[in-house]
Amino acid sequence: MPLVEINDFSFKYYGAERLALKKINLTIEEGEYIVITGPSGCGKTTLCRTINALVPQFHRGYIAGNVIVNGLNTREHNVSEYASIAGLVFQQPENQLVTLNVEKEIAFGPENLGVEPHEVRRRVEELIDLLGLEHLRNKHPHEMSGGEQQRVAIAATLALKPKILVADEPTSNLDPKSAETILKIICNLNERDLTIVLVEHRLDLVSNDASRLILMNEGKIIEDGPPREVLVKDICQEIGVGVPKATLIYKRLLNRGINLSQVPLTGGELARLVKGGLIK
Amino acid sequence: MILLEDVHFAYDGLYTALNGVSLQIDDGERIAIMGTNGAGKTTLVKHLNGLIRPDRGRVIFDGVDAKQYSVAELAHEIGLVMQNPDHQLFLESVEKEITFGLRQLGFSDEEVKEHYERTVSVLGLDELCDRSPFALSGGERKRVALASVLATEPRVIVLDEPTIGQDARQKEKLAEMLMGLNSKGRTVIVVTHDIEFVIENFPRTVAMANGSIVADGPTNSVLSNERVISRCSLTTPQLTQAAQLLHETFPEISQRLTLLSDVEQEIARVLGGE
Repeated sequence: MPLVEINDFSFKYYGAERLALKKINLTIEEGEYIVITGPSGCGKTTLCRTINALVPQFHRGYIAGNVIVNGLNTREHNVSEYASIAGLVFQQPENQLVTLNVEKEIAFGPENLGVEPHEVRRRVEELIDLLGLEHLRNKHPHEMSGGEQQRVAIAATLALKPKILVADEPTSNLDPKSAETILKIICNLNERDLTIVLVEHRLDLVSNDASRLILMNEGKIIEDGPPREVLVKDICQEIGVGVPKATLIYKRLLNRGINLSQVPLTGGELARLVKGGLIK
Repeated sequence: MILLEDVHFAYDGLYTALNGVSLQIDDGERIAIMGTNGAGKTTLVKHLNGLIRPDRGRVIFDGVDAKQYSVAELAHEIGLVMQNPDHQLFLESVEKEITFGLRQLGFSDEEVKEHYERTVSVLGLDELCDRSPFALSGGERKRVALASVLATEPRVIVLDEPTIGQDARQKEKLAEMLMGLNSKGRTVIVVTHDIEFVIENFPRTVAMANGSIVADGPTNSVLSNERVISRCSLTTPQLTQAAQLLHETFPEISQRLTLLSDVEQEIARVLGGE
């Protein structure tokens, strides 16, 4: 059974004139690392909200079709029932940090689900270790940098032991180094078999890690496949997706009749392919 | 011309945010301010329109100390778009939001209409005019906040993280609008983490760390300086990274390449294409 199954799902926010999602069909298997991208206002955030039932249980509106997450139809089950299935991380970590220090923040979720105290303690220690938060242990979230806050938000989300982590532009407020750290953490979590859904505009930072890239436009999924296959399509530039510069070079060289044997996603890959091309 | 002279500032007198910053900004420049989270970038730009006054040092506009002016007076000259659009949006429709500033600054009805229409068309907000800003997506709200300030065409435009939540197309449109205003003589200052946006649009970069300026100069030299990159928590842009690696094998390829067309040209040359 797939972890997430979205069938012909459409959604219109209460009071809105237009559909935010139009006939979405999407299947997510355990262990995938999916990046969702597309122009602003195309429905990326709404799609994320369907995975933990915020749509339609919290954000009300017109719905058609079904979203089944871990076997539960989101029409029939409340957001709280998805707390330990799908964990959401938002763009602004301060919007989701609620307690006075890191330990309490991580413990907050599982305590509210009635997890045994020794188990809560174990998870707190495990996550402090996993996300490198030792030096922040007793700090107030507001004394931390944006990158540190985002690491705490991820830790607090993981404390609920979700099967899938849904992160909606988690790095867009962060400096490039902190963004890189967060994305590395997300990639490591995926290597430990956590399923990832990440919304991101800066594809140069994530395409190489992701197993699948989904392109959305005007509420629809218009492309879905391995990043190397999706990013060379002209539609990416037509709708204004930030194709990695290395990939753009590949396309430009192809127009000149130079075919690098593979589609590069990073500067390092591009350099390697050029050097390899010369040796051949 | 704006001159910052040894500006010091600490929040609540305790948390140092700026530690002796001196900076000269000439009329008509395009400047990017980059650096770590917490480096003092936002604090610095809030000094420009008087939202924050220095504890020590001076901010001087055209030879006059800015402390002589109120924030309202400075607002006629300097338009600031904050990082979080929700801190500045407050009206019930996109149209009202964008025309508010124009009316406050005393533009005539005709001018209001003209500026408004031009701005929404360039920033792709035409179809959102009647909607409430609060029913829009994060990226769209950000564009409304930008439009409300850019429509007034202030002499100095200061944007704090304008590209957050914007896709590549929207970034191009924003750049186009900034270039247009700049060619009319407006000064453009952005605070951003978006290296590629800086490379493509801003000839001068100021890099900050720990409340101080650590580098100030032409963008391609600041952003290819390893020491600056690491002190300011920046990362090397993809194309520069490729150029640096290619330089190891092909010494004739410059390590400082940042532009798509240059990298393409160099690679085509070494691979013997047309």
